[in-house]
Amino acid sequence: MTVKLGVPSKGRLMEKTFDWFAARGVTLARTGSDREYAGAVSGVEGVDLVLLSAGEIPRELAAGRIHLGVTGTDLIREKLVQWDQKVEPMAELGFGHADLIVAVPNAWVDVDTLDDLDAAAAAFRARHGFRMRIATKYHRLVRDYLRNGGVADYQLVDSQGATEGTVKNLTAEAIADITSSGETLRANHLKVLAEEPVLRSQATLFRSRTAPLDESEREAQRALIATLGLR
Amino acid sequence: MTAAAIRLEAARLRAAFEAAGALPVECDILQPSEILLDLYGEDIRARAYTTADPARGEVMLRPDFTVPVVQMHMARAAEPARYTYAGEVFRRQEDFPDRTPEYLQVGYELFDRTNAAEADAEVFALIHAQLHDLNLRAATGDIGILTAAVAGLDTSDRRRAALMRHIWRPRRFRALLDRFSGKAPVPPSRAALLASDTPLAFNGEQIGLREPEEIAARVQALRDDAAEPPLSRDQVALIDAVLNVRETCDYAVEHLRDIAVDLPAIQPAVETLDARCDALAGHGVTLSEVQFEGSYGRTTLEYYDGFVFGFSDPARPDLPPVATGGRYDALTRQLGGGGSIPAVGGVIRPDILLTLRGLA
Repeated sequence: MTVKLGVPSKGRLMEKTFDWFAARGVTLARTGSDREYAGAVSGVEGVDLVLLSAGEIPRELAAGRIHLGVTGTDLIREKLVQWDQKVEPMAELGFGHADLIVAVPNAWVDVDTLDDLDAAAAAFRARHGFRMRIATKYHRLVRDYLRNGGVADYQLVDSQGATEGTVKNLTAEAIADITSSGETLRANHLKVLAEEPVLRSQATLFRSRTAPLDESEREAQRALIATLGLR
Repeated sequence: MTAAAIRLEAARLRAAFEAAGALPVECDILQPSEILLDLYGEDIRARAYTTADPARGEVMLRPDFTVPVVQMHMARAAEPARYTYAGEVFRRQEDFPDRTPEYLQVGYELFDRTNAAEADAEVFALIHAQLHDLNLRAATGDIGILTAAVAGLDTSDRRRAALMRHIWRPRRFRALLDRFSGKAPVPPSRAALLASDTPLAFNGEQIGLREPEEIAARVQALRDDAAEPPLSRDQVALIDAVLNVRETCDYAVEHLRDIAVDLPAIQPAVETLDARCDALAGHGVTLSEVQFEGSYGRTTLEYYDGFVFGFSDPARPDLPPVATGGRYDALTRQLGGGGSIPAVGGVIRPDILLTLRGLA
């Protein structure tokens, strides 16, 4: 059998991943038509390319259906409970940088820290009769972060897209989302709290701790890791 | 250990509680999530299973029986009342994936406004009696002593309210004490805001539901707080003294009386503890075998507001407590629709009980 390497199936994340591997002597390529998610690997023996949505790679790694995979740290941490027992980060790839942050309206001149956010949430609930809404799709990460930061009297509302617009649309009072440059936040009259972000994420090569390896697969994985110059 | 054996033990425990005068009750597994979220906040989502129903909206698999039993009692309103139940509860175990997310609980809940100390002792002693064959550690605490200590602090109402709000979040509580006492530095953003002559000046677009007057009110609150003298070290030391009490019950009362000399606000709560100890002794509990910890119960579900207790096996730190319970007067007020009644209760986990008996 072969070692299965999962890579995002489209867009800049795929191209940059291909570039990163190519710079280290391993050529990844899509084969067939543009619409067919098949790939080929050259430069090492015994490795198969599996093209997947970046969001599915954590689950496939944890289930042991792929041996190695490239995805964002944010997705690994959000989707996998006890992620560090299921996957091991092998290399940060230096692109796909994004921070998961909490942002509030610029107009909130009194809110810059989690301590402020907590105080504002308490007053908000007392006045409006419901818990302050924070829109996000990263429920677990944000809940852990706010619990550790001692914030109470808030609620998470699910937002799978256009999260920055929820405050203006009055469906949330604050947001927690991935940002790279902060431009979308500024355009939507939001500012980032002056705290450590919930998470600093970038594209990372992970190794599954659960995928079984036979002797030849173990050898192929060792060769790939050596070719990539990791350990 | 088989599911049938656990079920049999649950039935046996419930029969014992019935024999003590409790009315057996059943509760729905699916509970409306709104009530639980209002009580516990967003954190309950990390502990309970949420699911959606097209007609009922969001519902949760019951994480415990206390809330539905309180609702049932408040609608029924005959008192005093004793209830017992046995059934599954469901808890997500993200931090302990090896622990089972569904297990049986057998509970005993007592609603009685006549004698709190006697009610506390009745529940504790009844649960204790079911576990007498095991060598367990009994730990107790009293959230009421801590709230009395905070209420008695020599500082502003606002600071006391902030501390009270975070009694169940020990780290946040500590951070607030550090800030109020000046031990933690003022964050730069706040220092700049306080130093500004025009803190409310803002030219951008005003978005969202939180209105300018709410922001102005918070800035004023920050200014008022900055003008206040710091919470004195002596006051912080008194809170620490209360939190650090760790003795058997009989000595804890003496120790807390010493602290009450400097913090007289806790005196009534200490007398409540003393009365409870007497009542426990009256129920045959040996006080020198029951631990009292000033900080016990602060990280459990936050509806307990007085007596709290738990039984666990010191030789099995890998297992959760076999029984837990406490007083939840405030919960009956929140769910009571204007009414309220002092209440105390506890639960036993028959699966843990059988494991500890070696019948697994």
